Amino acid sequence: MRKLYHFNGGVHPPQHKSESTRHPIIKPPLPEKLVIPLHQHIGNTAKPVVSKGERVLKGQKIGRAEGYVSSAIHAPTSGTILSIEQEPVPHPSGLRDLCISLEPDGMEEWIELQPVDYLNTDPSTLRNRLRDAGVVGLGGAVFPSFIKLNPSNRKIRTLVLNGAECEPYITCDDMLMRQRAAEIVEGAKIMRHMLQADEILLGIEDNKPEAIAAMKAASGDEMEVVAVPTIYPGGGAKQLIRVLTGIEVPAGERSTDLGVQCFNVATAASVYRAVRYGEPLISRIVTIAGNVANPGNYEALIGTMIDHLILQAGKNEEENVAIMGGPMMGFDLPSVRVPLVKATNCIIVKSEKLFPKRPAPMPCIRCGRCAESCPADLQPQELYWFSKAGNFGKAQEYALFDCIECGCCSYVCPSSIPLVQFYRYAKSEIWAQEREKKASDLARIRHDFRIERIEREKREKAERLAQKSAKAGSEQE
Amino acid sequence: MNSPYLAKTPSVTEIMAKVLLALIPAIAALVWFFGPAILVSLCLASATALLCEAAMLKLRKRPVTPFLMDGSALLTAWLLALSIPPMGPWWLIVTGTAFAIVIAKHLYGGLGSNPFNPAMVGYAVLIISFPVQMTQWLAPASLAQAHLDFSTILHYMFSGSLPSPLDAYTSATPLDTLKTQLHLAKPITEIMTLPIYGKMGGVGSEWVAAAYLLGGLYLLQQKIITWHVPFAFVATIFVFSGIFNLYDPALHAGPFFELAGGATMIGAFFILTDPVTGPTTPRGKLIFASGAGFLTWIIRTYGGYPDGVAFAVLLMNICVPLIDAYTQPPVFGKKK
Ligand code: SF4
Ligand code: SF4
Repeated sequence: MRKLYHFNGGVHPPQHKSESTRHPIIKPPLPEKLVIPLHQHIGNTAKPVVSKGERVLKGQKIGRAEGYVSSAIHAPTSGTILSIEQEPVPHPSGLRDLCISLEPDGMEEWIELQPVDYLNTDPSTLRNRLRDAGVVGLGGAVFPSFIKLNPSNRKIRTLVLNGAECEPYITCDDMLMRQRAAEIVEGAKIMRHMLQADEILLGIEDNKPEAIAAMKAASGDEMEVVAVPTIYPGGGAKQLIRVLTGIEVPAGERSTDLGVQCFNVATAASVYRAVRYGEPLISRIVTIAGNVANPGNYEALIGTMIDHLILQAGKNEEENVAIMGGPMMGFDLPSVRVPLVKATNCIIVKSEKLFPKRPAPMPCIRCGRCAESCPADLQPQELYWFSKAGNFGKAQEYALFDCIECGCCSYVCPSSIPLVQFYRYAKSEIWAQEREKKASDLARIRHDFRIERIEREKREKAERLAQKSAKAGSEQE
Repeated sequence: MNSPYLAKTPSVTEIMAKVLLALIPAIAALVWFFGPAILVSLCLASATALLCEAAMLKLRKRPVTPFLMDGSALLTAWLLALSIPPMGPWWLIVTGTAFAIVIAKHLYGGLGSNPFNPAMVGYAVLIISFPVQMTQWLAPASLAQAHLDFSTILHYMFSGSLPSPLDAYTSATPLDTLKTQLHLAKPITEIMTLPIYGKMGGVGSEWVAAAYLLGGLYLLQQKIITWHVPFAFVATIFVFSGIFNLYDPALHAGPFFELAGGATMIGAFFILTDPVTGPTTPRGKLIFASGAGFLTWIIRTYGGYPDGVAFAVLLMNICVPLIDAYTQPPVFGKKK
């Protein structure tokens, strides 16, 4: 038995996982239209490389990665490009973003795929391949994977695979592990090769015995499957790294500096498909749960409209609002008429019964429950106090930016204070202030330059005049 | 609505209700050993607290019903009523409660914002202003020379006059008696043979202390309070009184007497554990409660008042912001 470590805090919300694991992953029918956002990852928006009216093949690149931190976007099926326009996207702001709309032709005609033998390929070629295949973290952070697979000069001891899936309702990784364990193992081997890691540890919360058994059967000696205690947010990368290795990665530091790198299991599977078959990331598994007749997991093409998926799961009457992500960290979709993106691991259709409104907030009674439940070992009640008072300097002193916005504090607050909202607000205010300061610094520098230039010009003019008059004087003599 | 969409927590009302519930055993013990006077003063205190709370909420333009329902005013009232002599003139408890709610709670910003424990502010005001009334405790029923029926109690509390001399029903508390007797240079062993002393503390009052302990254990089990405060408070008093008792048993009462006597138990589980006026960090709680324990023992041993819990609490309340600031636990990943 491996020695497991412990992190402070955490909560045990009701799981609601059994509802969506009753049947295997379903492939929904091809939708009539796909809307594919060009910004589905952390970093720069991909640049469209197709034009309206063009026919594209399944897996064809339609958006090129721009700059280093970026990722490519592909056509999820063959068809015709309808438009390249601003469309509503699944973002809490409700703003629109540049999307390519595609009308499938039903042929599912692939581009020519180019498999790679990873053992005989150097890591930098593999990284380019992943960048071109649009592989990003599928746990929700959507950070381009090729960047995380570049160890530079750091020695990576442990590659951690994250199959914890601690948020209630979400079961897409669970089903993937049950049904496609071998793909995950192969993907992990490619990652280990690229990182030159010594060992692979796969952490799965012990509420998923089927997934643990499937992964154990598939992994052989390649990696160690570790059942970790079920506690939210045990699937946070930092928390899982802590539990498996004992290492605490401080906020603002990279785990690679401490010899660990962490990937979601679904990312490992897509790395495998990108390398072994040359398939780009054009679909993902998403849990559709909550107030639907038939909750389950769907392997959906990127760009599928969310309401199309909800319909597949058996839409119930009143519903028209849904959460993207889990109930602890997710957000309200501005509408269900938005496309599925690479980050969409779960859609929970809401109802008053599932998510009753919380009572109006009361004052903080300093009961300390929030601090007890905080996995980052913060003092949420103090952060709340400072954020509310607009005392952002103090909030930063109390490590506001170490807050991972897991929501444990709000979950346990007897006064029903929406604590996380206050932290988000404080963070965005601080960012805005910093931007403003940068802008005003720039303006000041510009202003100083201008003053200096005017002065210099004056000076030069005066000197020229002086020279002139001196010359005139000498000529007069 | 924003994430998290889920919540699992007792509301403030439920927390306060459980604390009130945890006080019931002690109230029952008080009635059993000292008669029903305490019930009258609890009612008076409750009514005063709710009226003052409602009036202050109205004045401060806050929603009255949710805040009245939170139970915090009621708890302040009960704690104060349980800290002062049960049978005093009606204006004693009314003045104390009104002061606690209006001045100590609402003028400092209401629920969650008051730096001082309101019940203890009320107590301090009363003991300074009305020292005579505040030291007339009822004698345990088994020791009283005359029995009081309910109508006599009401008559006394509202008119202030009693048919026969007050001494027949009242006596000084065990702690008080200890102090006066020590002044008369009597050794402890002799003092403890006085009829008001029981096995560990005073007759009757030791059972009340046990009932507070019982209620406190319930609060611990319900996770309403953590162990830090009661443990540190009780342990500190135990250690100091233990050492001095060993050093000079004739001058210093034993540690068990200090625990069972006076307000040690209600202080440990119900007063010092007030979240609003105490520190939030675990280490801070230990420091806060040890400080209060030490001050309580000092005041009892060397001070001018028989019991020291109220002043100890108020003095430690002052230190809370400082304690909290210096006991921040290390953040994840930044431990040494
Ligand atoms: S849980 Fe809520 S009431 Fe308790 S200390 Fe934290 S913020 Fe205050
Ligand atoms: S949201 Fe932030 S402050 Fe609240 S428990 Fe999570 S990490 Fe701690």
